[in-house]
Amino acid sequence: MAMPTPATVPDVESGAAPLSAAPLATGRSPRRLFTGPVILSIAFLSVVLLMAVFAPFITKISGWGPYTFDPTAVDPATGGIPIGPFGGISSEHWFGVEPQSGRDIFARIVYGARVSMLIALSATLLTTLLGVLFGMLAGTFGGALDQVISRVMDFLMAFPTLIFMIALLSALPNINRPLMLITVLSLFGWVSMARIIRSQTMSLNRREFVEAAHASGASRAAIIFREILPNLSGSIIVIATLAVPTFIGVEAGLSFLGVGITPPTASWGQMISASVPWFTAVPSYFLIPGMFLFLTVLSATVLGDRAQKLIAGGHRL
Amino acid sequence: MSSYIARRLLWAVLTLLAVTFFTFLVFFALSPDPAVAICGQTCTPDRIATIQHQLGIDQPFLVQFGTFLKGIFAGRTYGEGASAIACQAPCIGHSFQNGEDVLTMIFGRLPVSVTLAVGAAVIWLVFGISLGLVSALKSETGWDRASMVVALAGVALPNYFLALVLQYVLVVKLQVLPFPSSVGFTEDPGLWFQSYLMPWIVLAFLYVALYARLTRTNVLDTLNENFMRTARAKGLPGSLILRRHALRPSLTPLVTLFGMDIATLLGGALITETVFGLNGVGKLAFDAVATNDQPVIMGVTLFAAFFVVIANIVVDLLYRFLDPRLRTVTR
Repeated sequence: MAMPTPATVPDVESGAAPLSAAPLATGRSPRRLFTGPVILSIAFLSVVLLMAVFAPFITKISGWGPYTFDPTAVDPATGGIPIGPFGGISSEHWFGVEPQSGRDIFARIVYGARVSMLIALSATLLTTLLGVLFGMLAGTFGGALDQVISRVMDFLMAFPTLIFMIALLSALPNINRPLMLITVLSLFGWVSMARIIRSQTMSLNRREFVEAAHASGASRAAIIFREILPNLSGSIIVIATLAVPTFIGVEAGLSFLGVGITPPTASWGQMISASVPWFTAVPSYFLIPGMFLFLTVLSATVLGDRAQKLIAGGHRL
Repeated sequence: MSSYIARRLLWAVLTLLAVTFFTFLVFFALSPDPAVAICGQTCTPDRIATIQHQLGIDQPFLVQFGTFLKGIFAGRTYGEGASAIACQAPCIGHSFQNGEDVLTMIFGRLPVSVTLAVGAAVIWLVFGISLGLVSALKSETGWDRASMVVALAGVALPNYFLALVLQYVLVVKLQVLPFPSSVGFTEDPGLWFQSYLMPWIVLAFLYVALYARLTRTNVLDTLNENFMRTARAKGLPGSLILRRHALRPSLTPLVTLFGMDIATLLGGALITETVFGLNGVGKLAFDAVATNDQPVIMGVTLFAAFFVVIANIVVDLLYRFLDPRLRTVTR
């Protein structure tokens, strides 16, 4: 499938390879944390996060709520095309208005950020917890438990995730969509984390310092929490950081297909979907949510990549 | 080796069984009653009961599941008497909304999905591997950075957004391409190519990015291996070292990825097909979800899982064949 689904996120998978390897063979190992692109990414993500957190205040300042219709901003003679240049951009409507309804696009972008961040961050938190838990269980105890967990993971990897998510979401009743999206994304999303944690736990278990801890009489819990987990933290941070943009993308994709966040709640993917019939007449209608989605995913990916390079180069985060 | 294959096949059958079971369970538990949808507005409880009986959904869950499994191997008949509908083996369901067997519908749509997948694969292999190679060999230069910026953009760009941007720029503004239409290759090869060009590019872009990144990492890793130093010490010419020693181990992991990606796409490139209105397997699934045509959704899910599971086995065997190190270890 064209969209990376969380169970088979290829860049998380392939990106995980160099984690255990020696410093990346890029000639010189990266030292600086804050490069130009990283600073830009952090700045952009901060803006999006602030929009998400303070959405009601921001729309109070801008003057238009996400659900308020403004019939004066669209031209009924042309079938509802926004009045003014670039989709009706004015001091009143900062990003223009939707065709026909005249709803303020700025307000919908701000509220869309809220949905996007809520779902992506919750799903990341949940998949990280599940992934680390199951990965460490399988890696530490091995045997039958490992067999069961590994088989479940194999099964989830073979699953046509996107089709199934769509079918599941379309069958589920239409209440609390964000919670359902988080659940469905997490159900399939923990596997990529768990697979890497499992194999790294296994190799850590064979290392001398773990053996030494065993020999000095440390309890199993002490070994897990004092020896293994701190050594996994780098990988966990990297995979979690790279999972955020994936979940943002998948949520937007599902909403674009009409099975994610349902109207009237604003979501970037659903805004792009609504703009399709208008894309020749009002290009700003798809360009604005599209660019927000693109830049958000891009910034989060840049951060994840940087974290991965630094850790591969022997840094601790 | 043969016991290994047997084990893999058994596991594949079990996985497919599990996929079928869970898909079945979800629809059994969650979906609105398809009989009500078929019956329509003017409906009586009697009529609903008749349709339910004809669909076989008045039976307990496990009986229904058993009938479904039996249908795959022996075929099945829906209903009784004159109105009975026979579905020949392998029967993965019958769409009462369309009056067709699901497998027939899928095979009817498969050529579009195959065309889309193969065309896109050509683009992403050529561009992905070349970008990755350039990036690795000219590591830490402007070339490297430019390639990786393209790769990063590809990962971050949602394909439905890219589809809209391309259509707006190429079709509406520059008018170098026609609006996408479903033209057969035999009708008008030129128009056929033009119609598929945008979907190919859109679908390939993400994969170009992923393959470029993976190729870069692998080549850089391989260049640091001991056998590369040996090859250089032997005085082999640089181009030969690159072809014989560096490329083969670097590209082997791509074989795995490629097999899985192609298999996934044969189950339908859902978003790309939907955005461009291409009537492939993915669009079939999407339309089925919109009309709540459960047998079709189940059928496509199963069909897609089948490709993924088979590809998993093929890729595994191929990998052993391609990588000499694995062969000696597991003999």
